[in-house]
Amino acid sequence: MNNGAGKRINGGVEEDDDEDDVNGDLDAWERTYTDERSWESLQEDESGMLRPIDNQALYHSQYRRRLRSLSSTAARIQKGLIRYLYIVIDLSKAASEMDFRPSRIAVIAKHVEAFIREFFYQNPLSQVGIVTIKDGVANCLTEIGGSPESHINALMKKLDCSGDSSLQNALDLVDGYLNQIPSYGHREVLVLYSALSTCDPGDIMETIQKCRKSKIRCSVIGLSAEMFICKHLCQETGGTYSVALDESHFKELILEHAPPPPAIAEFAVANLIKMGFPQRAAEGSISICSCHKEAKVGAGYTCPRCKARACELPTECRVCGLTLVSSPHLARSYHHLFPIAPFDEVPPSHLNDPIRKQKRNCFGCQQNVLDSGNKPGLAVVCPKCKRYFCLDCDIYIHESLHNCPGCDSFRHSKAATAKED
Amino acid sequence: MASAPSKLYADDVSLVVVLLDTNPFFWSSSSLSFSQFLSHVLAFFNAILTLNQLNQVVVIATGYNSCDYIFNSASDLNRSFENGRMPVMSSSLLQKLEEFLIKDEQLSKGEPEGRIKSSLFSGSLSMALCYIQRVFRSGALHPHPRILCLQGSPDGPEQYVAIMNAIFSAQRSEVPIDSCYIGAQNSAFLQQASYITGGVHHKPQNLDGLFQYLMTIFATDLHSRSFIHLPKPVGVDFRASCFCHKNTIDMGYVCSVCLSIFCKHHKKCSTCGSVFGQAQSEAASASDKKRKTPET
Ligand SMILES: [Zn+2]
Ligand SMILES: [Zn+2]
Ligand SMILES: [Zn+2]
Ligand SMILES: [Zn+2]
Ligand SMILES: [Zn+2]
Ligand SMILES: [Zn+2]
Repeated sequence: MNNGAGKRINGGVEEDDDEDDVNGDLDAWERTYTDERSWESLQEDESGMLRPIDNQALYHSQYRRRLRSLSSTAARIQKGLIRYLYIVIDLSKAASEMDFRPSRIAVIAKHVEAFIREFFYQNPLSQVGIVTIKDGVANCLTEIGGSPESHINALMKKLDCSGDSSLQNALDLVDGYLNQIPSYGHREVLVLYSALSTCDPGDIMETIQKCRKSKIRCSVIGLSAEMFICKHLCQETGGTYSVALDESHFKELILEHAPPPPAIAEFAVANLIKMGFPQRAAEGSISICSCHKEAKVGAGYTCPRCKARACELPTECRVCGLTLVSSPHLARSYHHLFPIAPFDEVPPSHLNDPIRKQKRNCFGCQQNVLDSGNKPGLAVVCPKCKRYFCLDCDIYIHESLHNCPGCDSFRHSKAATAKED
Repeated sequence: MASAPSKLYADDVSLVVVLLDTNPFFWSSSSLSFSQFLSHVLAFFNAILTLNQLNQVVVIATGYNSCDYIFNSASDLNRSFENGRMPVMSSSLLQKLEEFLIKDEQLSKGEPEGRIKSSLFSGSLSMALCYIQRVFRSGALHPHPRILCLQGSPDGPEQYVAIMNAIFSAQRSEVPIDSCYIGAQNSAFLQQASYITGGVHHKPQNLDGLFQYLMTIFATDLHSRSFIHLPKPVGVDFRASCFCHKNTIDMGYVCSVCLSIFCKHHKKCSTCGSVFGQAQSEAASASDKKRKTPET
C-alpha cells in the first residue's frame, strides 16, 4: 500500500532529471532575449523562404541541445551513493524564536521529517543519525541507521529548546562517530543552526581542521543570519552554507541535500560490498522475525543466506550479518550508468523516399512521422538500430524510459551492445 | 491498487496493451499448445472489447528475435458482430501474427543456438509504454491504459537493466503492469514489474482453464479492481542479475560507487572503473588510532 507514496516521491525525483523548460511557453519576442541563438529559431522551407519554426520543433531542438551537452560532459558521472550523514539540530533557546511560524523548531522538525524520507528514497544504502545541541552540550539522539521511522519518532519526542549552542561540541561528537564508519562511505554533516553564536570549550578552528582531515563534508543551513564561523567550516570541508529566508526557502535548502553530491575520489574508497536480495514472503504468512523477535502475520523478507526473516529493507541480517537490500532500489539509478545514445535527425529526403515507406511509422508508438503536415525533420533515427522515432517518443525515451525500443527488440543488436559494455 | 489514475473520461474505459509471448522455444516445450493458447486469448480479447464499446486492445508480439505490433482494435475496421463472427476473430490478427512468426523465425537463421531461450520482453514492454505515452498525449480524454504480459519463456537476465528502466517509467506514469505467467518456473521480472507498478501477477495452476483465469483476474477495469478480491501475491522474487555474467542471483557484490551488481569479487568495477582497494582495512584502523588518542 506504500505504492501511492512511492509514486509521489518518485515524481519529485524525476524533476531534477527533467530540467527547466521555461522557454516552452514564451512569446516569440521574449524568446529572442532568453535564447541568444536567435538564428536557430528560423528555418528554411521547401521554397527556400525563411520562417520561424513551430513550438514543437523548438521545444525539441532545445531538448536535443540539452541532451548533447549532458552526454558530452556528464558521461558516467560517479556519484557518492553510500552516504553516512549526521543531522545536527540546534535546540538552543534561539531555536524557539517565533520568526518562523509557529516557531523555528516546529518548522525544522517538519522539514527534517520530509528530508529524511526523501534522503532514504534517493540514497537507498545510506544511513542517517541525529545529534542535538542543547544547553551547550551535544547529544546523540539516534545512532546512525537506515530506518527513517526510528529517527523521525525519536526526533518528534525531543523538541524542547533551552540554553546556548555549541558548534564545537557537536562537531567533536560527530567526528568521533563518523570515524567508525566503513571507508567506502561518504561522511557528511548537515547542521541546522538557529543561534547567532557558539559557546565552545576550546579552539573550534582545530576541530574544523580535524573534520577536514577526517574527510567529513560539513554543510550548514542557518535560520537567522550569516555567521563567519559556519561559512569557514563549510569552505574548509567542502560543504555548502546557506541561510534560509523563510519557510519555503528553508525547505528548498534542506531538500538540496537529499540527492547525492558528486563523489570526489579522495573522499571515499570504492569497495565491493556483499549483499543479499531477499524474497518478499507471501501476504498473510506467519513467521518469527529476527529483528523484533515476535511472531508476525504478513509480508516480510527472507535472508537468502540463513533464511532468517526481517521486517524491513534495507537492513543487516541479525543472524548472519549479511546486508539485505531490495534490488529494485538499486536499479533505480542504473539508467545513469547505461545512457542511450542521442538519436540523429532524419534528413527530409529520406522520409519521402518511397523505398523507405514502411519505415514512416514511429517504431515506438506507431504514429506516422509524416502525419503533421509533411514538415521536414520531424523524425529521428537511433544510430544503433536504425529505427525511426517521432519527436515525442524521442523525448520520452531519453528522459523517462531510458531504453531504445528498437535496440531492445532485436537480439543481434542486443549482443552487440552487451559486448560494448 | 486503490491508486487508479485519475486522468480518464469514464472510469471503466480501458486500453489493454497485451504483450504476447510467441517464443517458439517455449511453445515447443509447453504442455499447452500455441493454438490452444490463442483460442483462450482471442476469446479473452473479444470479451474485453464487448465489455465496453470504447475499450481498446493493442497486441504486441514478443518474439525470440524481434517484437512488433500485430493488432490494434482502434484501427481494425472489421469490428462488428455481423455474420455472427466475434470482432477480433476477423482474421487480421491471425494473419499479422503468422507474418510476424515467419519473419521472426527467418531472423534466427544463421545464428548459433544460444543458451538463452528467453523472449525479448524488454523490447515489447518499451514499445507498449511508447504507445501509451502517445495515448496520454492525445488529450485529456483517453481510455485508461494498462499492460498485460502473457508470458511463458524464462527471464532473460541480460535484459535486467532495460526491464527495470521500463518498470520505473511505467510506475512514474501510473501504468499498472499485469502479468500472467504460463511457464514452468515463475518469473522474477514479471513479479517485480507487477509489484512495483501496482498490477496483478498470477501464475495459473491449471492451464486448461486459462480463459477463466484471464476473465476473472485480468478483464476487470482498474476502477472496479478496488471492489473485487484479487489473488494475493504469493511473495515477490526480488532477485537481480549480475552485470558480469548476466546470471540471476540472490546474493552478490555491489560496487559502492555506482551500485553495479556482480556475482564474484572483482578487482575493478567494469561499469564505473573504480578500483576496489584493500585500503578499507588500513584506513579504518588508522582512523581508529586517531580517534582513540584524544579520547583517553
Ligand atoms: Zn521485525
Ligand atoms: Zn542471514
Ligand atoms: Zn512515437
Ligand atoms: Zn535503437
Ligand atoms: Zn556474474
Ligand atoms: Zn562501479
